[in-house]
Amino acid sequence: MSTLLKSRWAVLAGFAIAALLLFVVAPAALSPFRLDLLGKYLCYAMVAVGIGLAWGRGGMLTLGQGVFFGIGAYLMAMHLKLADAGPGGTPDFMALISSDGVPGWWEPFRSGIVTIIAILVLPALVAGLLGLATFRRRVKGAYFAILSQALAAAFAILLIGNPTSTGGSTGLNNFRGFFGFNLYDPVNRQMLFFIASGVLLAMVALARQLMLSRYGELLVACRDAEERVRFLGYDPANVKTVAYMIAAFMAGIAGALFVPIVGIVSPNDVGIVPSIGFLIGVAIGGRTTLLGPVLGAIAVAWAGTTLSETIPSGWTYLQGFLFMLVIAFLPGGLASLGGAWSGLRTRLRKPPPPSPTPVDPAELTGVNV
Amino acid sequence: MGVLVTQVFNGLSVGSILLLAALGLALTFGQMGVINMAHGEFIMAGAYTAFVTNQILGSAGLSLVLSLPIAFLVAGLLGVLLEVTLLRRMYHRPLDTLLVTFGVALVLQQLARDVFGTAGVDVPAPAWLSGPVEVLGFAFPKTRLFILALAIAAFAALAAGLRFTSLGRRIRATVQNRPLAESAGISTRSTDRLTFFIGSGLAGVAGVALTLMGSISPNLGTGYIINAFLVVVVGGVGQIKGAVIAAFVLGIVSAWVEYTTTASIAQVIVFALIVAFLQVRPQGIYALKTRSLA
Repeated sequence: MSTLLKSRWAVLAGFAIAALLLFVVAPAALSPFRLDLLGKYLCYAMVAVGIGLAWGRGGMLTLGQGVFFGIGAYLMAMHLKLADAGPGGTPDFMALISSDGVPGWWEPFRSGIVTIIAILVLPALVAGLLGLATFRRRVKGAYFAILSQALAAAFAILLIGNPTSTGGSTGLNNFRGFFGFNLYDPVNRQMLFFIASGVLLAMVALARQLMLSRYGELLVACRDAEERVRFLGYDPANVKTVAYMIAAFMAGIAGALFVPIVGIVSPNDVGIVPSIGFLIGVAIGGRTTLLGPVLGAIAVAWAGTTLSETIPSGWTYLQGFLFMLVIAFLPGGLASLGGAWSGLRTRLRKPPPPSPTPVDPAELTGVNV
Repeated sequence: MGVLVTQVFNGLSVGSILLLAALGLALTFGQMGVINMAHGEFIMAGAYTAFVTNQILGSAGLSLVLSLPIAFLVAGLLGVLLEVTLLRRMYHRPLDTLLVTFGVALVLQQLARDVFGTAGVDVPAPAWLSGPVEVLGFAFPKTRLFILALAIAAFAALAAGLRFTSLGRRIRATVQNRPLAESAGISTRSTDRLTFFIGSGLAGVAGVALTLMGSISPNLGTGYIINAFLVVVVGGVGQIKGAVIAAFVLGIVSAWVEYTTTASIAQVIVFALIVAFLQVRPQGIYALKTRSLA
């Protein structure tokens, strides 16, 4: 499979099939409602690509991706609310709770360009600061996980605590337009789905390039033996911070696309529970692989919606048991089953080697998908 | 002056709750390396144990005294169950324990919702804990003083147990050098299990204390777990006295920041202060001195 990934034609064919599925099959086969849902799952998949890079390849347990997702989402939501209100206008929810008008720090986001730049820069900037602060001082991995989680908690509390500027626990919703396009028009909603599909494909391509590059090797090395990397003259702090920033960058874009597709963002989408929830799909799909996180995230989000439609409390139980069983008994995710299968096949075909079972180096570094 | 006294008392009170919640973590996370996200749900289980005990007995005073050991037992047994079924096979993957126990936390929360309902329930405080104590014109609520005393007592008992009992010696030996402890004839398996029992049991005690602070609901634990972890991070994993200092300092600082700003800003400022503190001491207040590189 790893040879498949490296052969250029196979990769191009893979991307072509994915593009065909997303751009031709999905719009034709799904109702507009289901297409919107799939668009939402694609946003979760974007977050998963970043987590796969930071957690799977880099070994950083990032439990605060909701923060970056939320920064992107809220920036976009603020711009959409301001654009809906018209030049100089006050968004509807703000006019309801207070008469102070638009807070000063909202004003720059009237401009679409400023908003897009902020969405692309701010999440990575926050991640860069936290990453450098923890990795430079060699704070332990468990501490980093707890700090990233505390950041998610603080972010959610901050959003809830300022209802006049962030909509409080209801969040921001009821958007009418998206950069001049009417959001109630099904054609425009399909366009949003296409944008999300294109962005996801681009992110997967970026993640693949990174994984196969020298930097990707270095990242895996930092995960497996940080001290050795340091002795070789590299600075693991920089390597890890970059991966963390890329993950944050992807989560921010995902959040920004989530808002027009879903039509609402609230603290419930960014707090501790959703932040950890992003990880389960990655874990099921196979955290060290390229496509595992993407497919896992989409499958888990789909299962979540389907189950919640029938048994509301069932999903919480299933999510809980998935975390327990997958992480404890199948840490490699479903992708490791594929590896075990092909390993078994080759062993059955060839006579058993005289030495103890050789370990495939590709399996250790997890390059195979 | 008056403001100072009330704020310091508020801080001590917040700190004592943090300490109760963090003591068990200092043992299971600090000493064993397990990041137990279900610790908050063990707190919740302790609180509901107090509720059930009160429903059965009726008398508030007797049920409070009785529910302390019962909650210790209930939460401790939950902890042992978790250790034996899942965590036992995960000691070499400490980061993954966080996700596994998060799954446990989700299930326990939903279980509590299905059994006790989503709405909060109240456990009546005994008559001898109602009202304040007046000292020099300042009124200190008796419930908060009780929690403060309980936190200090729990810490003293744990510290004495670790220092003077044979189990405590075994725990310290296992933490400091597992292979050497094993070769000295210590059963590290049963030591791990007992350590987890005590750590989780302390969460149950914290839960009983929380029933004195207000109504309890299935997501009671989530409000405390993050801050309790931050206490252990700041305190350092070397010794549990780090957790005591960290709990009270964090309590006083956050009470003060909250008083001067708002509760939501305070959470962010305290977080920034902790990250800044870790720049100075990445290992927390007390670090276990080893020759390892990591």
